[in-house]
Parts: sequence; C-alpha cells; structure tokens
Amino acid sequence: MTEPLQWARYHWQRLMGGPARDGDERRYSYSTLLACGGKPSQTPRLAGRHRVVVPHLQPFKEEYEKFSGTYVNNRIRTTKYTLLNFVPRNLFEQFHRAANLYFLFLVVLNWVPLVEAFQKEITMLPLVVVLTIIAIKDGLEDYRKYKIDKQINNLVTKVYSRKEKKYLDQCWKDVTVGDFIRLSCNEVIPADMVLLFSTDPDGICHIETSGLDGESNLKQRQVVRGYAEQDSELDPEKFFSRIECESPNNDLSRFRGFLEHSNKERVGLGKENLLLRGCTIRNTEAVVGIVVYAGHETKAMLNNSGPRYKRSKLERRANTDVLWCVLLLVIMCLTGALGHGIWLSRYGNIPFFNIPEPNGHVISPVLAGFYMFWTMIILLQVLIPISLYVSIEVVKLGQIYFIQSDVDFYNEKMDSTIQCRALNITEDLGQIQYLFSDKTGTLTENKMVFRRCSVAGFDYCHEENAKRLESYQEAASEDEDFAGTPSGSLSHVAKPRAPSGRTLQSGPLGGKPSKHLAGSWSALGGGEGAGEGPRCRQAAFSSPMETDVLPDTRLLDKFSQITPQLFAPLDETLPNPPPETWYIIDFFIALAICNTVVVSAPNQPRQKIRLSSLSGMPIKSLEEIKNLFQRLSVRRSSSPSLASGKEPSPGVQNAFVSKLSLFSRTKLASPVEEAVSRTADSPQGSGSSAGPTEKEKQNGDAGITSGKADSLPGQPVTSSLCYEAESPDEAALVYAARAYQCTLQSRTPEQVMVDFAALGPLTFQLLHILPFDSVRKRMSVVVRHPLSNQVVVYTKGADSVIMELLSVASADGASLEKQQMVIREKTQKHLDDYAKRGLRTLCIAKKVMSDTEYEEWLRNHFLAETSIDNREELLLESARRLENKLTLLGATGIEDRLQEGVPESIDALHKAGIKIWMLTGDKQETAVNIAYACKLLEPDDKLFILNTQSKDACEMLMGTILKELQKKNPAFPKQASLSKDLYQPSAPQGSGLRAGLVITGKTLEFALQESLQRQFLELTACCQAVVCCRATPLQKSEVVKLVRNHLRVMTLAIGDGANDVSMIQVADIGIGISGQEGMQAVMASDFAVSQFKHLSKLLLVHGHWCYTRLSNMILYFFYKNVAYVNLLFWYQFFCGFSGTSMTDYWVLIFFNLLFTSAPPVIYGVLEKDVSSETLMLLPELYRSGQESEAYLPLTFWITLLDAFYQSLVCFFVPYYTYRGSDIDIFTFGNPLNTAALFIILLHLVIESKSLTWIHVMVIVGSILSYFIFALAFGAMCITCNPPSNPYWIMQEHLLDPVFYLVCVLTTCIALLPRFVYRVLQGSLFPSPVLRAKHFDRLTPEARTEALKKWRGAGQLGQAASERAVHAAARPEGGSTCGPSAVFAMTPSACSIEQGNLFVLETALDSDCSETKT
Amino acid sequence: MVQSPGPAVRSLSRRGLQLPSFRVRLAPALQALGRRKGRWYLSSPSHSEQPGAAAHLREEELRPAPEGTRAPLASATARGAHQPDNTAFTQQRLPAWQPLLSASITLPLFFCAGLAFIGLGLGLYYSSNGIKELGYDYTGNPGSGNCSLCGVADQDRAPPPSCPCAWYFSLSELFPGPVYLYYELTNFYQNNRRYGVSRDDAQLSGLPSALRHPANECAPYQRSPAGLPIAPCGAIANSLFNDTFSLWHQRLPGGPYVEVPLDRTGIAWWTDYHVKFHNPPLVNGSLALAFQGTARPPNWPRPVYLLSPDPNNTGFVNQDFVVWMRTAALPWFRKLYARIRQGNYSAGLPRGAYRLNITYNYPVRAFGGHKRIILSSISWMGGKNPFLGIAYLVVGSLCILTGFVMLVVYIRYQDQSDEADDQE
Repeated sequence: MTEPLQWARYHWQRLMGGPARDGDERRYSYSTLLACGGKPSQTPRLAGRHRVVVPHLQPFKEEYEKFSGTYVNNRIRTTKYTLLNFVPRNLFEQFHRAANLYFLFLVVLNWVPLVEAFQKEITMLPLVVVLTIIAIKDGLEDYRKYKIDKQINNLVTKVYSRKEKKYLDQCWKDVTVGDFIRLSCNEVIPADMVLLFSTDPDGICHIETSGLDGESNLKQRQVVRGYAEQDSELDPEKFFSRIECESPNNDLSRFRGFLEHSNKERVGLGKENLLLRGCTIRNTEAVVGIVVYAGHETKAMLNNSGPRYKRSKLERRANTDVLWCVLLLVIMCLTGALGHGIWLSRYGNIPFFNIPEPNGHVISPVLAGFYMFWTMIILLQVLIPISLYVSIEVVKLGQIYFIQSDVDFYNEKMDSTIQCRALNITEDLGQIQYLFSDKTGTLTENKMVFRRCSVAGFDYCHEENAKRLESYQEAASEDEDFAGTPSGSLSHVAKPRAPSGRTLQSGPLGGKPSKHLAGSWSALGGGEGAGEGPRCRQAAFSSPMETDVLPDTRLLDKFSQITPQLFAPLDETLPNPPPETWYIIDFFIALAICNTVVVSAPNQPRQKIRLSSLSGMPIKSLEEIKNLFQRLSVRRSSSPSLASGKEPSPGVQNAFVSKLSLFSRTKLASPVEEAVSRTADSPQGSGSSAGPTEKEKQNGDAGITSGKADSLPGQPVTSSLCYEAESPDEAALVYAARAYQCTLQSRTPEQVMVDFAALGPLTFQLLHILPFDSVRKRMSVVVRHPLSNQVVVYTKGADSVIMELLSVASADGASLEKQQMVIREKTQKHLDDYAKRGLRTLCIAKKVMSDTEYEEWLRNHFLAETSIDNREELLLESARRLENKLTLLGATGIEDRLQEGVPESIDALHKAGIKIWMLTGDKQETAVNIAYACKLLEPDDKLFILNTQSKDACEMLMGTILKELQKKNPAFPKQASLSKDLYQPSAPQGSGLRAGLVITGKTLEFALQESLQRQFLELTACCQAVVCCRATPLQKSEVVKLVRNHLRVMTLAIGDGANDVSMIQVADIGIGISGQEGMQAVMASDFAVSQFKHLSKLLLVHGHWCYTRLSNMILYFFYKNVAYVNLLFWYQFFCGFSGTSMTDYWVLIFFNLLFTSAPPVIYGVLEKDVSSETLMLLPELYRSGQESEAYLPLTFWITLLDAFYQSLVCFFVPYYTYRGSDIDIFTFGNPLNTAALFIILLHLVIESKSLTWIHVMVIVGSILSYFIFALAFGAMCITCNPPSNPYWIMQEHLLDPVFYLVCVLTTCIALLPRFVYRVLQGSLFPSPVLRAKHFDRLTPEARTEALKKWRGAGQLGQAASERAVHAAARPEGGSTCGPSAVFAMTPSACSIEQGNLFVLETALDSDCSETKT
Repeated sequence: MVQSPGPAVRSLSRRGLQLPSFRVRLAPALQALGRRKGRWYLSSPSHSEQPGAAAHLREEELRPAPEGTRAPLASATARGAHQPDNTAFTQQRLPAWQPLLSASITLPLFFCAGLAFIGLGLGLYYSSNGIKELGYDYTGNPGSGNCSLCGVADQDRAPPPSCPCAWYFSLSELFPGPVYLYYELTNFYQNNRRYGVSRDDAQLSGLPSALRHPANECAPYQRSPAGLPIAPCGAIANSLFNDTFSLWHQRLPGGPYVEVPLDRTGIAWWTDYHVKFHNPPLVNGSLALAFQGTARPPNWPRPVYLLSPDPNNTGFVNQDFVVWMRTAALPWFRKLYARIRQGNYSAGLPRGAYRLNITYNYPVRAFGGHKRIILSSISWMGGKNPFLGIAYLVVGSLCILTGFVMLVVYIRYQDQSDEADDQE
C-alpha cells in the first residue's frame, strides 16, 4: 500500500524539487525498506512469460542458442552514461531541473528580437558554465561507478568449461545463463543459480544474504530434489535437464519454476533452491549450481536501487525564498513594463530617441510594455541566482571534504573514517531535533563480556577480569585485527580470528522466536534478541576482550577441589563432595552446553565442525554402529513419527527445516539413516561415552586436534576453537566456562563434548533442545549426563522466569530444600545487584529427571511437535512441563558494553536540545538498563512503562500518565510542547520531574494507530527520553515517520544493523554505524560513522558549522543578487524603463559568475563562527541551528531589505554625483559596478566570523580579477562588444579622483547600517554564539571560568566531571534535587567504575524524594 | 551521490575489501597528499606494535588463507590508509582573524573615519564651490528671451529650419579659466535601450564592409528609402545635436564684439577620437568618394563628410559627432561643446559683456526637453557638484555621531558586564 504512495511522493518531490539536483534518478529504494519489513516488495512481474534455461554445454548448443540467446550475461553496468551518449543524456537529465529550464527559457527568450536585452550569446554563458560544471561532476561520479562495475565484473569464479571438461576461472562478466558454477565456502555468488549440488550430506547449503536483504542469519538452501541424494559431485556433462522458471523479477522471497528431466519428469523449484547473486556461501564446502538469471536480471540487481534522494530543510527553505525572488522579479518586471508603457505614451512619436520600427511605425505603448516585461526578465534574471545552486553544491562538497577529513572521526581499529554518502544534506546535521537510536551495536559495542557470576549463592566478582577489562578500555588497544593475545595462563587461548559473536537469526540467547511462536513477528522483524544481536560480523572478529575471561581466584580454588576422585564412586549414595562443588560443576557444564553455540575450526572459520556425518558413510566398525545407534536413538526418540516409518515428504521436511532450529534439522533423517533407524530400538543403546570419543578421533574434521584428556591447567592445548553463537552473550558464557577449564569441545546434533578440567572430556548425549523464545524467555537442553547417566535438564533464562520455575518442594529432603532457599535468596540479591550495575542477568538452573519422567514428557512433546493445529501452544505447553521444579544453580552477569564515549555523547546531545529515543528490538529490562547506563535516563527520572495488551488499556494508561505528569507539573503546557517548546525541551520537566517513557513493541503498535498518535506524541513530548523496546524494524520506521511528520521536526536515525535500515531511510538523516554489522545500514545511510560517540562532534560541530555556513551563504547569495540586480532596476527609472543596462554585458555576467562567486563559496566552506572546542564544550549552541536561527523567514526579508538599501545607496550616490554631467552610460556604470563589488565583498567580511589567509586571498583575488578584467577588456575591446563599449573607461576612471571618492563614499554609506548593527549586537545583545565566540580567545583556565559563568552560578565546572555537569546543567533554578545532591553524587560517581552507579543513584533518588516532600 | 554498488560489492567491502568508491574525495591530489601523510603517521608511537601482534602475524602466515577472503587481510596491514590528513587546513584550524565586533573596538574606527570624511567633505565642498558656472536655457519656451521665436518656429518642419538667436550676459569679474562650454539637454533619453543600441561601431571605426552593410541594430536608420546604406547609421547618429554656438566678447561697453576663440578640437575622449572612430579609407584621397554610395542620416542636412571643413574633424572623426556618440547615462546631461583656452582667454573670460550666438536647429520641445548652454570653469573634480562634498560631510558627521553612540554603549555595556561580574 505504501508503495504507490511512495512513488507518488517521490515523483512529486522530483517535480517540486526541480531546482535542486537529483542527479541519480534511480528508483527510490523502498524495496529494501519493505524487504526489511518482511513484506513482499513490488508485485512481481508475472508469469505468462517465463524463461527456459538449458545447460550451456555442447549437447544443448542449439537449444541453448534458441533459448538463452536473449538472456543478458552477467556483466553489469550501473553507469548512467556511456562515452557516446554522455553529452545528450546529461543535458537531458539536467534540463529536468526547473532552474535549468528557467535559464534555458531565458536564453531562448533572448533570441526573440523583440525582447532581446543582451547579446544573444552572452546570456547563454552562465547556463553553459553551470551545465558544464554539473556535467563534469556527473561524469566523474559515473566514472567512479564504472570503475566499481569493472571491479565487480572482473571478479573471478569457477565456471564449468565444456571444452576442458572442468571448472575454470572466469570473470563474473563472462558468466552466462546456463553455466555451471562451482563455489567454495565463503565465495560470493556471481549470479542467481539453482543449487544442484552441495557437499553437505543433506544437500543443504547455507548462504548469507546480508548483502542483499540485510538479514545476517544464514539461510538454508536446498539442493534440487533428486540431486541431493547423489553421492559424488554433480557432473555437468550428465545434466540433461532443463529448467523453466519465471521471468526475472525483483521478489527476493519468491522463485518458481521446475526442472524437467530428459524423461519429462518435472521437479519443482522454489526459492529454497535458488542461490542469489551477492550472497555468500557459508558453512558449506562447495556447491554447484546452474545459472538461471545473470547480470541485471538477477534479483539482487533488480533490487538494487540508488541512494535515496533527500532534500535538506535549508534547501527547501531556500527554495521557497527563490519563489519569493521570482515574485519580486515579476513585480520588478511589471513595474518596468508599466513604466515603459507610460514613458512611451508620453513621447508618442518622437523619432529622436523613440526609435520607430523598421517599417516606420511606432509600436504602441501597451505592446511595448508587454515586450518590455520580457526584456526586463532577461535583464534582471540574475535575481534568481543561477549560481546559487552550483555554489550550494560546491559548498556542500567542500563541507563534506572537511567532515571526511576530520581526524576525530578516524577509527584506528578499523582504519575507517566517516563516510558521507549523501552529499546534499550536510546542513541538516545542524538542525536535528529528534534522534532515534538503535541500541545494540550503536550505543553498545555489542560485545558481551562475562562480568560476574553467582554460584550456589556465592558471588564471584571476577575482579581480575574487571581490571583487565578496564585496562582494555583505557588503553583502547583492543585491536580486533590482532585479537586473541594469549593472555590468561589458565584459559585456553582464543583463536585470534574467532568469529564467535556470530548470530544466527533464528535464535539468540535465546534468540528470536521461531516464527510459529510469535507469528506477528516477521522473519526479519524478529527483533527479539536477534534484532539486537549482531547481525553478521565476519569483519569484526571477537576481540580478546570477549573471549578471554580471567577466572576468579576464589572460584578457581573451589575448582581445584574437583578431582576425578570425586566422581570415582559414581553412585549418588555417596554425597562425599560438598554440595557446592556439585553446583559449580553443574553450573559450568550448563554454561558450556546450554546453548546453541557452534564450535568452529579456526582454519575454516565459517564451517561448523561436524564430527560425523551420516549419509553416504560406509559403516565400518562396530563402534561406529554403536555410535550410530546411539545417535539414531536420539533421533528416533525425538521423532517417533519418523521412527514409525512415515517418510516425510520433502515439503514437510522443508517446513521442518525452517521451523526447527539449526540443530533440530539434523535430526531429520536421510533415507539411509531411516533404514537404520528402523532396526535400532534401544534408546540408550550405548551409554558409554567412549564410543563417540573414539569416533571423534577418527573422523575428527580438520582443525580439531582434539583437546581431550590432556588439557591440563596452564597448558593451552586448543588454541584453535572458536565459537559461533547466535547471540554474543551465549558465546560469552561459553568463553567464561572455558576460562574455568570447562571447554566446549564439539557439538553435534546428537552430542556435546565438554572438556572439563579435572574430569577429562565428557560427552553428553543431547537428547533435546528447547530453543529460546521470547515468551518463555529461557532455553533448555536435555542431556544424558555421562557421569551419572541421568537425564538432566539444564535451563538458562531470564531471572524473573527461572525464579518462578524453581522447585518449591524438593524431594531431597529438608536440608537440601533449605539450602535451595538460601541459594535462591542470595542469588536473587546478587541478581538485583547485577541488574543495578547494568549487567544482563541470566539464571542457570537444572533439573534431574528420571528416565520414565523423561520418556513420558517426550511422548507428549512429540505429540505437540507433530500436531498441526495450535502447534505453538502445544509446544509451549510441552516446554512448560519440562521446565519446572528446577534447581537453581546460579546466575551470571554479562555486560553489554557501552561504546566508548556514549554517555558523554548522549549527555551532550541532550544538552544540545536533541530528544533522544532509543528504539531497540531488545527486551525491556535490557533496554532500560542500557538507557540508564548511557545516561539516556537519569536515576531520578520518573519512569513510565507502557506495556499493555490492548488498545484501550494503552489509551487509558497514556491518559493516566499524562494526567499524572500534568498534576505533578501544573505548569506543563498541554499542547505547547508539541512543537513550540523545542527550544527548551527540558523546561517543562525542569520545574517538576523528568520523566522517561518505556514502551514495548506491542503497545507501540497501539500507540501508532491513528487515534492514539496524538496522545502518544503528547506524552512523549513530556518525557525526557523514550525507550521503545521490542520494536520491529517496521515499527522503528513508523515511529520515526510519526514524529517527523506530526511534529514537523528534523529527525536523525542511527543504527548499525539491517533492522535499522527502514528507520534510517525514513529519517531526515540516516546514520549508519559501520564496521559492526555488515554494510546494510551503511548502504542505506546518509552518513556512516564508526562509533556512536562521533555523532556528537558530527552534529554539534560539523552540523552547526555546515548549517550556519550554508544558511549564511544562501542568504548572502540572495543579498548579493538582489543588491546587484537592483542597481539595474533603479537605472530603469532613468532610462525610460527601456531595459538598458549601464554596465557592459560581459562585466554584468562575469560579476556573478567570476568576481563574486568564489568568496561566498569560500565563506560557505571555511566560515567558522565558533571553534570546534567551544562547540563541544557548549552543546547548547546547537539550539540555534534547531531553531533555524541563522535562516529565519525574517532574516531573509531583512537581508533583502538590506540589499535594497545597499543597492539604493550604490545607485544614488553616483547618480547624484554625476547627475547633469557629461557622463556616458558605461562610464556611469563603472563606479556603480566597482562600488557594488566592494560593498558585496566587504559585506562578506563583516559577516564573516573568521578570516583566514584563504579568505583574504580569495577576496583580494576577486577584486584584482575584476580590475584586471575591466582594464584588459577596456584596453582591448574597441568595437568588439556593440553596443556597449567599455573602451578605456576603467583606465580613465583610475586616473579620476572622483571615481575613488564616489566608490569610498558609496561603500561606506551602504555598509554603515549593517556594520553598526553588528557592532551593537556584539556589545548589547550578543547571541549565544557570539558570546561563545569569546571563549575561543581565552586560555584554558579562563575558559573554565567562563564556562562556569555561562552555566550560571554555583555549579561545578565542566572539567570536574562530565557527569556532574550533566546533572547540574539541567535547567537552572527549579531542580528539586538541589546542588547538594549533585555534589554528593559526583565524587563517588567518579570513583567507581561506570555501570556501578546504580546503588548510589537509587540512594540519591530517595534523597531527592525526601527533599521534595 | 554515491551510488550503491551491487550487492556483491557490499559483501565484499564488508569483508574488509575497501572500495575507494565509498569515499568522496574532492581532489585526487588532496587524497594523495592525505595518503602520504597517513603513512607518515604510521610511524607515530601510537601505532607501536603490541607484543602479541607479531605472534599472530606469524600464525596468520602459517595458516592457509581461507578461500574467498583474499583481500581482507590487506586492509588490516595497510593501516592508516584512510586516516585523514591532520593539517591545520583539513582540520579547519587555520589561523584566522576573528573580528569580534563590539563598541569598544570600533570606537576609534568611527571617530577616525568620521574625521577623515569630514575633512574630505570640506575639501570637496570648497573646491566645488570654487567652480563657477553660468548657464542659459535657450529652449525657447514662450517669453524666455529671443530664442522663444525659434522654439515656436521649429515645430512644423522636419528638419526644422535654422534659426539664429542669442544670449547676452555680462561678467562683472574674471570667469577663471579654463572655461568649458557645454550644451545641456534634459529629458533626452540617450540611454533608451533601443536608441542606445542603434549604432554600428564597426562602421564608425572605418571598416569599409560595415560602411556598406550597417548593422541591423541601426534599423530603421540602416538604409535609406533608396536602399543605400546610411552612414553613419542608427538613431544616435541621426539625432546628432546640431545647434551651433559662437561667443562674442564686448571688451568695452558699446564696443565691438570680438569673437572668443572656441577650441572645438580635443573635446572628445582622446581614445574615441584616435582609436575608436576612424573614417573609411580614402578613395583617391577623397573622403567624399569614400562615402560614395552611402546616404546621409535622414535628419542631417548634409552628408557626414561635410560636417566640418577641417579634414581632421570631418566624417566619423568629427569631434561633435564623437562626443554625441558617447551616449549619456542619464536623461539630464551636458556635453562639451568647446573649450576656451586660446589667446587672451586662456586665463578665463575677462570682465565684460558677452553675446552667445546660437543657431537654433535642434527641436526639443516636442518631448518636453530643455536646452541649455553652460559656461563652466573646472577643477580637479570636474564640474560643479556640491553633492559629493555635502555627502561626505554628512556621512562624516554620522560616523562621529555613531562614535558617540558607541561610546555610550561602551560605557553602559561595561557597567552591565561589571554588574554581571558582581552578581557572581
């Protein structure tokens, strides 16, 4: 539905936005937007027509040529022009712009003899110059695209050659439809192809589509049915089938077709058979496919759309003023026409100077007036500044150059600096009022660091670890590229480039809700953990910060008590070891195995280690059979339906595949397995762990030299394990476990091997996994414990959930129960403590089941699993049955580390008057924690949580909150805050309380509905900060849209993941965080920075500068043109409105084009009203930009008035000087022109706040060029420029003292008012910016002093503490938390590490409330 | 306007292969500069290698690079390739003059400027006052002297008949020289665009081809009804001012009038006369033959080569003509007719009675114009014009006034800020 709207809007914008450049008129990329929303994008061009693909091989040569001849090959060309068509096409494009058309119209008009004002050729000059400049720019851009295309086209892939009968390297561009292509792991797919072979035994191949749709999870692709069973690699020579499929379309989520074998048997093809161009093969050794779409017909290219066309607010503003100028022009021309008519009527038939037509008639005054109107338009055309648009472009380029050159944006780690992808909205950076930020990866580093844990009621602080982390922070030396220094002597060395933080879309730490559980969440929108999880981080490898954990010494001591002897008597009748030891063991085993982490071998980082693969493997030994049985038993027990011999149809298989997690997948049987499984029946056929271990040794895939029994402390054995987790916190836990010698060695769908310190390798049979979902907020694994041989359930989940599921009555007797209670209490305390420190908490619990219990549950579970109706509920129910009566083992605290400088940046942005919203897919608790940690919420903020299940409830709740807010804050204006109060957004809160609003995704849905929008906005207007958690990408963009459209504010969205793409595209400015999670956000963004903290400088300094510069420059341009053109206009009053110009045409044209064009551009690029240091120091200065202070409508009119005044002076001083003298036209024009030049340039000097040698050079250069031109032209042009002839005029004038006197006098009178105004302003009513400018001159000490003064009395200086300043900087006066509270907080806050503020803050909170009452 | 490249590039670049296209650089030269500097920064201590780094590098070497990741490692080693150049210019830290306009700073400026202006103004005023001017409106409006007859008479015919009249005046003291004789026209729009373009500079510069083929701008005075090219063509030439004057001096009352010699050479711009205007090449030494085949402008009583008997002052280089062709900027203008600087009159016009004989040819009353004849002495600043001096005086006073305002502001502002300081 949005699509036609978007289309219409885009085209409307293009229409309206004619003047501005919209060089890349490519399609608006809503397809990406919608793709992220999970909706199918455009209706695909449909069937009827389809394509036939036959192998590009010898036997099919004829047929191939018949069918595939028309298909494009894989060469792509994204350039707009070729060498040949550049000129015509570019001209065509350029004349789409209204401004250019206007000037073209003028040129044409000048060719009409009746209205001709200038020499025909001269009028063309500006247009030609402008067109040339833009054409050069377009050409360069296109050339860059050409180079990229070339680079892509020349990528190499392996294509089957019919001559050589093997795969040969070929360039991408030479790939054609019907080619067979063989790709290895990690290779990029060159064209859309149908998957025919995969080394994966199950005929599955993983691809990563993040380059395409932003989803970073691996997608499974299935080999075409019938080919999966092949043992050996597909031989293209034996491929005799042909493929029929639909015509190329851009629907990524659909592919229809069939493969017709030579025997006319047809096999259906679906999107799961299609490998898409641009995706990457992952986790699969090699694949072979046949190309069906190539080049521009691939879905990727069809979806590829250019950058979004955005127009800055300032430009829109300027455009309206251009329209005013047009009006002014029309008025002036009408005056001229009227005047000419009247003048002419007075002179009737005076052939002396009223020239009759060639035929002797005198045209009637009316007609002459009409002609004169057009003549005047040509004469006064400069009023519409043609050079304005070119200058704006140049200035923006310059601004972007400086933004990109700023070393402060440089990130050494990634060797990246800011990227400005949108070239035309720099000045919008200075006007942002609302900021929408993603959380994970944007505010946080998305590096989950294991911080603390509590086992059996004992808190282990991991102080050493904390210290290590701190030092990381300080040294800032965590270089990801060189990660993995072998540090902890005890810990296994992390593989340097372990891509551990890998997230799979389907199931973060639980992970995202599988689709069937949360139907409303679209696949992509699976914002749950996945949204927050790192989407794909192949570039960013886990840093040692995450992978290394220094064990806590106390805990290590306890570990040392664990000896194999403890377990020697395996029967539980001897509870020899202290129970705590058991807890510890279980806790760490749970950490290690209760997850879905994939263990990877280092040298094949993207391939999961599969210790054994079943299919196609000849059964060799008894042990293997045993092993097989063991595994199959698992499978069997987990899917009785299969065991009963029902062969699932492939379709069902696929459905399963998509629904079940990665691991459940492998439980599905291939036919071979199936056959065996029927014979196998004993579920626990081989209890011994020896078998699998043996097998590991034999079949162990590459890389695992296998750290088995010999992993002694201090001896890093396997430096070679890396963990790929669906969410980074899972990995963090596994790493933490590894630090305690509890190393997850390998994981197969059937078993998990853990190398436990003293106990040696333990192999757990994986009986079942209940993946994480957002409803249960926990996940469980069911394993058979190798030591006790019991079925054990390990559960990991949110504390709130786990605590409720703990066993109330333990069967083990009173003492144990008591112990549990104590542990629970203590753990709860620790949990609270962790939460206050902003740690993400998880509880670990276990449950021991008897075999009978388990089997009973299993039976029910399979019923649930196989049921068709309300499967979700049944599964949920089944999970509930399993996850109860748990025994609490302990809790963990993981830190989602804030990015460096985030609190300071947020603080500064707050002070700058920017309202910050946090939109995250994350859960509420985490979101709120982070909001506190990054100072988005203050400890004494009143927090309102909107979490309702129905619309009515939502409405009611909002009403209540609003009422409460208004009650506490009677002064709070009900409506004003919506848009008027932006200047002091904190003012309403200042008198009463600051409020924060937390809203969950579901409630957001209600709030975004039409009827509640208003109330919602009203509510958010009262709140200091808004946190939207559990928001889907679509909701994110809707929120941004809502705020942007309804409040008419400038919005900025920042995010790093594909789930932020929609929001980034909707906002006025979209900023992508690069380097964290792939390029999707960056590709959609207007600016890409590497860290959030850069935002503060980008906005506060560059935004401010860009805005002030550009707005001043635009104003100056208007001024300049009006002032200059009016000279001509005034002259019309003395030449009978006949359209005479008193200036030589060339000078007239060059005046704008050359003499006065460079200074404003330099001014627009280099002007610096306040230094960057001061701007960073005083974020308040940003408000001037938000208010558009530099360019208000009033400013425009004042500027115009000034221009009128100056032009009047500039005309009439020479007029009165020369009136009645023998001065001739062009001699009269010369002082006018010269004075105007000086006035215009000196005006710029007055307006400039800083002048560097470049300014001086350019201004002096302009003046010199003027004089040199005038002199040269005056010397050489004797008869060259009829009728205006400047011959020798300048030379005469330079010898004439009166000329100088007139120029000086004119300049002085013209500039006096503005100068006096500026002086008075500087003395009497300096703007904040002006006051701040004084800062630049002060010494650092004096500056601190001045800052204190600035902020008002009695508050701490900035230098003392950032935090204190923030607290103190809240509105002067009415803060209920007096300064004393602030002081109380500051020192302690400084002394403790970040994130530990919570206790203090709450204490402070209570203090405040006391003082309040 | 960075175009998003194909998804393949996206994924490539994500993996570390930095494509230059993602960055917008202004000038390649600058970029190169930045690169060079960037490398230079590599040696800075902040990049000193961490102890573990070397080991990892070694490890990396040992391990075979995974397929498909050919390029990424390169970006890791070529550090700083994208590091911006840290110079005063790129970091926008160029030393700058930052004028903070305030009353205290500008105080002396205002006073100095004011004083200077007043000084200049006084000088200008007095030098303008020192210029003597004597003028007579001889338009011939009824009841305005003996030219009124001519004024009335000119109405009917075109070209109007030549009508003599005179202006009598007497000087009680010496009219200091050099004395310039101007004629002044008002309400005459020489700057009318269609009038102003109606000329052919090429023809006037003596180009034979242009002589035969006048520019189209000259229409309707391009060709005569007979089809002959008009020389000089165009409306400006056609409307050449053709009143003539002669000045007679009666040294003694009742004595004879002696003609005052009028220097009619050198009244045009030197460059006009010598560079811009040329007669067409003579044919057999005769100017008349050179102009053969051309017609005179319709309003002219005689062809252009008969404008003056002086061969150096006839044709296109006739001084009166050249002066006329320099079209006036404003509808009220004067043009130099002659200079009086010869013989006894080089020091000026002595006391006595004078008679200015006017041959009244030029009709102006139709468009409400006026004709004046003006005798003026001249100074370094040209003719008499008190405006400039007065303007300078006014502006100078204004500056002084503003200076005082600034002084007040300065004092008050000082107080205010002191108070503000006190409050703290």
